[in-house]
Amino acid sequence: MGELNLVVLVKPVPDPSCYDRIEIDPATGALLRQGMPAVLNPADKHALEEALVLKERFGGRVAMVSMAPGSASETLMEGLAMGADEACILSDRAFAGSDSLATSRVLSAGIRKIGPFDLVLAGNESADGGTAHVPSQVGELLGVAHLTNVIRMEVGPGGSVTARTRIENGYIEVRGSLPMVVGVRREINTPRYTSLMGVMAAQDKPIRVWGAEDLGVNAAEAGMEGSSMRPGRLSRPDYRRKGEILKGSHEETVRRIVAILRAEGVLG
Amino acid sequence: MPDRKRALWAVAEQTRGKLASVTPEVLGQARRLAAEAGGCEVAAILLGKDVGALAKDLLACGADKVFLVEDPALELYQNDTYGTVLHRLIRREQPEVVLFGATAVGEELAPTVAARLDTGLGAHCTSLALAPDGLLTMGVLGFGGRLHTEMFCPARRPQMASVKPGMFTPLPREEGKGKILREEASALLSGADIRLRTVRIVKEEPEGMPLEDADVIVAGGWGIGGKENWRLLTELARELSGATGCTRPALDEGWTDGEHTMIGTSGKTVQPKVYLGFGISGSPHHTVGIKDAGIIISINSDPRAPVFECSDYCVEADFRKILPLLLSEIRRAKVPA
Repeated sequence: MGELNLVVLVKPVPDPSCYDRIEIDPATGALLRQGMPAVLNPADKHALEEALVLKERFGGRVAMVSMAPGSASETLMEGLAMGADEACILSDRAFAGSDSLATSRVLSAGIRKIGPFDLVLAGNESADGGTAHVPSQVGELLGVAHLTNVIRMEVGPGGSVTARTRIENGYIEVRGSLPMVVGVRREINTPRYTSLMGVMAAQDKPIRVWGAEDLGVNAAEAGMEGSSMRPGRLSRPDYRRKGEILKGSHEETVRRIVAILRAEGVLG
Repeated sequence: MPDRKRALWAVAEQTRGKLASVTPEVLGQARRLAAEAGGCEVAAILLGKDVGALAKDLLACGADKVFLVEDPALELYQNDTYGTVLHRLIRREQPEVVLFGATAVGEELAPTVAARLDTGLGAHCTSLALAPDGLLTMGVLGFGGRLHTEMFCPARRPQMASVKPGMFTPLPREEGKGKILREEASALLSGADIRLRTVRIVKEEPEGMPLEDADVIVAGGWGIGGKENWRLLTELARELSGATGCTRPALDEGWTDGEHTMIGTSGKTVQPKVYLGFGISGSPHHTVGIKDAGIIISINSDPRAPVFECSDYCVEADFRKILPLLLSEIRRAKVPA
């Protein structure tokens, strides 16, 4: 097995630790993103880590591909600092409003433009939209085998792949061979921290920005026009409850809880 | 196609001859949608090897008919074979709606098939409605459950959705109706590009009561602080004939019984009569999973813990003080007077 051409799909997402403070603009009905810093989608860091480990073992290149605004380069610097060799941002107004399949179309075009690939890795799902559709759909569009929920993966010298995918209360052991698209879960590894050396090296790594024309993607394939799915109005579900504070001594509190349990008929 | 009876399909999931618990839920909801829109037929699709007995179960769970595809090549799930069979059946029969359970398998198979059909797919839907004109409304959550929106697929068919487990109730079983259609698997698989081979499917059925079946859930989070204290939670759950649940941080610390006990966005959605949460701060990723609980009681020493906002009863105290007292009080209460 020679060197590997590795692609990692990454997405800048609003920091998941801010999601309890999410606001909707009452005028436009759109999500207000101010005050929510963009970070690399957490699951994607595990995909990048897996790619970096494979590169260390087999040699090759790791390219990050992201469909995002041009401003995403700042967020992608973290991936470059971790060790990715380059970043490709697929950015065009025509991509706005893409559903998961249209997004996968754009990403596939970006992957093809980079050149021949052996393995495409992605976080299983994004923290924001979280459809978990993209790894499978990119695999379909590229016409190669694909797996999701991967928690363990071994690439053999001949390009054979043995993987474990997580299912409810168990796992599936599956074999295949490169090329492949793989969606990974966080259990697969522990992403490395960025080092000062890594941060410095990242400054000199290429960040390409490609638009629809560069990718040969036409308007009917991406964005709203290229999407089957239409979103309705955003709303913020209200999970608030009465929040009665049980006051008194610990003994009194405990007796109240037991009374509640009894009233609900769950005391056995 | 105004002359044709519209069809709603539910893709059944089975492992080693056992139906996934989400399958009767999806079928039940398909049946309700059919009634809502009027004049629709509900079909289940079942793939596997020697799974004919389950086809009858699917009829009893609400299917008018079952497309049964049996073949040694379909014994163990993998997306190449299953995706090919489903894609070809759907293209041939052209159902209006195709529903999957949003399990690990369903969430891989649904986007695979949607891509092949070039159609839209709603992800782990929490609500579904069907208008008389056949348009499906798919309620979905994003941003760790903090945003809700409705999705539509107005122009392409079929409309596809994966359905979050635990959101819909199965119908009471009704035996002896409907028909089973055996499909020729070799024809549906011929010429398919099979690149994967599933070696084995390992199920590690967990011990103890599943969260989905429990009337009482005793859950713990980061604040529990260690395995020793966790044992107290388990003891309380046992005393109440309930189940123990956890948050992501507690799972990551290795205190819990495993991933099947995690509640929230990346875990389970639960609906116990009573939920007791100890040492849980209440990140949205967790609280979205307990929104359907009957009564929520939270015990946390931090009066500003966000979990209190979405609780019915709040106890601002150290759980170490409350838990042992609660255990002994419950034991006393259970002794007949």
